[in-house]
Amino acid sequence: MAAGLATWLPFARAAAVGWLPLAQQPLPPAPGVKASRGDEVLVVNVSGRRFETWKNTLDRYPDTLLGSSEKEFFYDADSGEYFFDRDPDMFRHVLNFYRTGRLHCPRQECIQAFDEELAFYGLVPELVGDCCLEEYRDRKKENAERLAEDEEAEQAGDGPALPAGSSLRQRLWRAFENPHTSTSALVFYYVTGFFIAVSVIANVVETIPCRGSARRSSREQPCGERFPQAFFCMDTACVLIFTGEYLLRLFAAPSRCRFLRSVMSLIDVVAILPYYIGLLVPKNDDVSGAFVTLRVFRVFRIFKFSRHSQGLRILGYTLKSCASELGFLLFSLTMAIIIFATVMFYAEKGTNKTNFTSIPAAFWYTIVTMTTLGYGDMVPSTIAGKIFGSICSLSGVLVIALPVPVIVSNFSRIYHQNQRADKRRAQQKVRLARIRLAKSGTTNAFLQYKQNGGLEDSGSGEEQALCVRNRSAFEQQHHHLLHCLEKTTCHEFTDELTFSEALGAVSPGGRTSRSTSVSSQPVGPGSLLSSCCPRRAKRRAIRLANSTASVSRGSMQELDMLAGLRRSHAPQSRSSLNAKPHDSLDLNCDSRDFVAAIISIPTPPANTPDESQPSSPGGGGRAGSTLRNSSLGTPCLFPETVKISSL
Amino acid sequence: MGIQGMELCAMAVVVLLFIAVLKQFGILEPISMEDSSDGELELSTVRHQPEGLDQLQAQTKFTKKELQSLYRGFKNECPTGLVDEDTFKLIYAQFFPQGDATTYAHFLFNAFDADGNGAIHFEDFVVGLSILLRGTVHEKLKWAFNLYDINKDGYITKEEMLAIMKSIYDMMGRHTYPILREDAPAEHVERFFQKMDRNQDGVVTIEEFLETCQKDENIMSSMQLFENVI
Repeated sequence: MAAGLATWLPFARAAAVGWLPLAQQPLPPAPGVKASRGDEVLVVNVSGRRFETWKNTLDRYPDTLLGSSEKEFFYDADSGEYFFDRDPDMFRHVLNFYRTGRLHCPRQECIQAFDEELAFYGLVPELVGDCCLEEYRDRKKENAERLAEDEEAEQAGDGPALPAGSSLRQRLWRAFENPHTSTSALVFYYVTGFFIAVSVIANVVETIPCRGSARRSSREQPCGERFPQAFFCMDTACVLIFTGEYLLRLFAAPSRCRFLRSVMSLIDVVAILPYYIGLLVPKNDDVSGAFVTLRVFRVFRIFKFSRHSQGLRILGYTLKSCASELGFLLFSLTMAIIIFATVMFYAEKGTNKTNFTSIPAAFWYTIVTMTTLGYGDMVPSTIAGKIFGSICSLSGVLVIALPVPVIVSNFSRIYHQNQRADKRRAQQKVRLARIRLAKSGTTNAFLQYKQNGGLEDSGSGEEQALCVRNRSAFEQQHHHLLHCLEKTTCHEFTDELTFSEALGAVSPGGRTSRSTSVSSQPVGPGSLLSSCCPRRAKRRAIRLANSTASVSRGSMQELDMLAGLRRSHAPQSRSSLNAKPHDSLDLNCDSRDFVAAIISIPTPPANTPDESQPSSPGGGGRAGSTLRNSSLGTPCLFPETVKISSL
Repeated sequence: MGIQGMELCAMAVVVLLFIAVLKQFGILEPISMEDSSDGELELSTVRHQPEGLDQLQAQTKFTKKELQSLYRGFKNECPTGLVDEDTFKLIYAQFFPQGDATTYAHFLFNAFDADGNGAIHFEDFVVGLSILLRGTVHEKLKWAFNLYDINKDGYITKEEMLAIMKSIYDMMGRHTYPILREDAPAEHVERFFQKMDRNQDGVVTIEEFLETCQKDENIMSSMQLFENVI
C-alpha cells in the first residue's frame, strides 16, 4: 500500500529517534531537504471536467504520469491547470487509485479502453485491486481469446491461397483438412462419408433376420448369413476405400508421428483392422469366437463421421474438457453405490428367496434405483430394505443432478464459441475487403492527384483541377511526402490495374494478391514503381537490385524489387546486362519505362539470395522486371541513378 | 437378530430425517438455543474524533497547516480515527521488509499510546511526533528513555534493555554483513550499561541517562537528524 507507506514514513523516521542513544557509530546525515511548499490543491482538467486534489495525493505514486514531473508537459500556464484530453469517466478511477490506493475496474467500460487509459497514466494493470481483479482478468482473457481467434481466422482465411510451389504432399494435406478448397477434395469427402454410412448400415442390416423366400428353414437366419458374399464384397469395398484414405492421409501428413498418435487416425485404424485380422485368421471354431468379437469393432467406423460433423467434434471436446466433473460424478456415484449396496444386502439378508445374494449383486439394484430406472427385477421386501431403498433413490437423483449442469454449461459455452467463430470468419472476409478498399483509397487519391497534373510545377493555377486545390492540409503533406519518395527512388507510383496489365501473361502466383494486403505504409499497395532510368521495353525478366543509390537495403525493405515473376532462371551475365542499357542510355524524359516491382513485407530471403548483399548499389545479380512505356510525365532523371541501376 | 438391528437403524435414520425437515420449517427453533441474534447487532467499530484543531495546536508545536496535512494522511489511512496494535505492527513492518519489526513496533506502540488504552488516537500520534520532531533535546531524550523503560517504572533494567536491543537487531533480519552473532545484542547492552550506569547498580535512571547522553558528542549531534521530516 504505497499510499500508506508515504503517509507513515515521516512517522517511522521520527520514531528512529529511539535508536539515537543506542547508536555506536555516528548516524548518517539526513537527505537534502527540498523546500516543502506545503500542500496545495492541483486542478486537473480532463476534457472539461475539473478534478481537484492535493498535490500530496498525486505524489504518492512517483512512477506514474501524475505523480512525476511528466505531468508538467500537460500544464497549461494560462489557466493554471493540467489539461488532459482523455476520457473523464475513466479518469475518475485513476484518481481514486491515488486517493485510496486501490484501482477499481469499471464494469460497463470496454476492457481495452480501460487498459489504454492505464497505459497512458502509467499504471500497471497489476495494480487493479483484489475486489475487481478476478473480473478484470476474466474479461481480459476473454478479449484476448476473441482477438486470437480473429487472427487465427484471418490466417486461416488466407489458407486457400496456396503458396505456389507447394509439394503434392502439402496440397493433399490441405485438401484433406479443408475439403472446400477444391472440387476433388469435396468429392472425396462426400465419397468417404457415403461409404462410412454404407458400411455402418451394412453392419446393422447384417443382423436382421431375413425370411427365406423359397425355403422354410427351422430358424430364421440373419441376412448376413443368407447373403455372405454380398456383405463380404461390400465390406471389402468399404475397407479398401478406408485403407486407401488412411494411407493417403499418412502420406500427406506434415508430421507423421503426430498423425499416428491423433485420435482420428486411431479410429481409422481400429475401423479397418478387424477386417484384415479376419482375413488372416483361419476360420476354425476356436478362434472364430474371438473373430466374432472383432466384428464389434467395426461399429467404430461410425466415429469416422466426426470428421464430417463439427457438432460431434464439439461434443467430444466438451466431454474431454469436463473430464474432472465427470470424474467427480463417477466417484461420488461409486461411493454411493457401495454404501447403499452394502446396506441393502444386510437389510435383505434374512429374507429367503431374495435376489440380494451378495453385495455385488446388490450393486445392480443400487445403480438401477439411483438412476431412477427401476427395472423391478430386484425389489426389497423387508421394511428396512424398503426404507433404505427409498433413501437410495432420492439420493441418486441428487448425486446425478449436481455435476450435470456443469457439463451442460461447458458444452453450451463451447458450442456458442464455435458458432461465434464461424460467424466471425464469414464477416471477416467482408471486413478485410473493406479495409483493403480504404487502404487503396489513399494511394488512389495520390494517383488521382498526379493524373490531374498536380505535380506540374507550372504556376498555372487556374488550370489546375479544382480537386487538386481542395485537398486538406493532411492530404497535401501526405502527397508531398509520396512525391518526395518518388523523387528519391526515381520511381513512380501507379495503380494495380496498370501494374497487372504490365505483368500480362506472367502467372500471377500468390505474390500479387498477397502484396495488396500487406502494405500499410504510405507506399501504396501493390504499386508499380517506375524507373526513370530509360530502358527499352523488353519482355525480359531482369531483376533490379537496389536501384536507389541513396537508400540502403535495410530501410527499403518494402520497396525491394523482388521479382514475383521470374521468367528465366538463367542468370544474365553482367556483360549482357550492361550491354543493353548502354544502347538505350538516352535521358529521354518522354519514354518512361516501368520496372515491375512487388512490394512485400517482409522480404522472403529464399527468393533473393543474391540480393542479400547490400554492398555497392551497383552490385546485384539478376533483375526482374517487365518494362513498358507509359506516358506519365515525370521530371527528369538523375544520371547517377541511371548508371548505378544499370549495373 | 441382524434384521432387528437393521430395522432399528432404519427407524433411526427416518427419525433423523424427520427432524432435519422440521428444522427447515423452523418448528424446532426453540430447541436450538443458538445466540444468532447477537450476530446481527454487532456494533461497528468505535469511531474516534480528535480534539479541535486549536487545542492540538496548543499542545503541539505544529502549525495549523501541518496539523491539517497530518490529519488528512492519518484519516486516509485509518478512517475510524484510531490505530490498533496489529495495524500498527503491520504498517511498521512494511518499512523493514528484511527483518521482523513486530517486537520493536510493540514497544513503539506502547511509547506512543500515552493513555494506554490499546489504540493510538490522532492526539497521541501528533503529540508524539511533536516531541520527536520539534521538541528540545531534553524532551527527545526523555521520550527515548520512556521507550526503553518498558514497564514505565523509571528504571531501565538490563532485561528491558536486552529486549529492546534484541527487537532492534531483529529488524535487521538474517542477511547482514558481518554475520549477526547471537550475543551481539547482549554485547551491545553491556556496552550501553557500561557507558550509562554511573553508579553500577544494574539499572539506569533517567538522570544517569540524561547526563551521559548530554556528554556524548555523537548523540547530541544526531539529535538534530530528524527535524526536517515534516
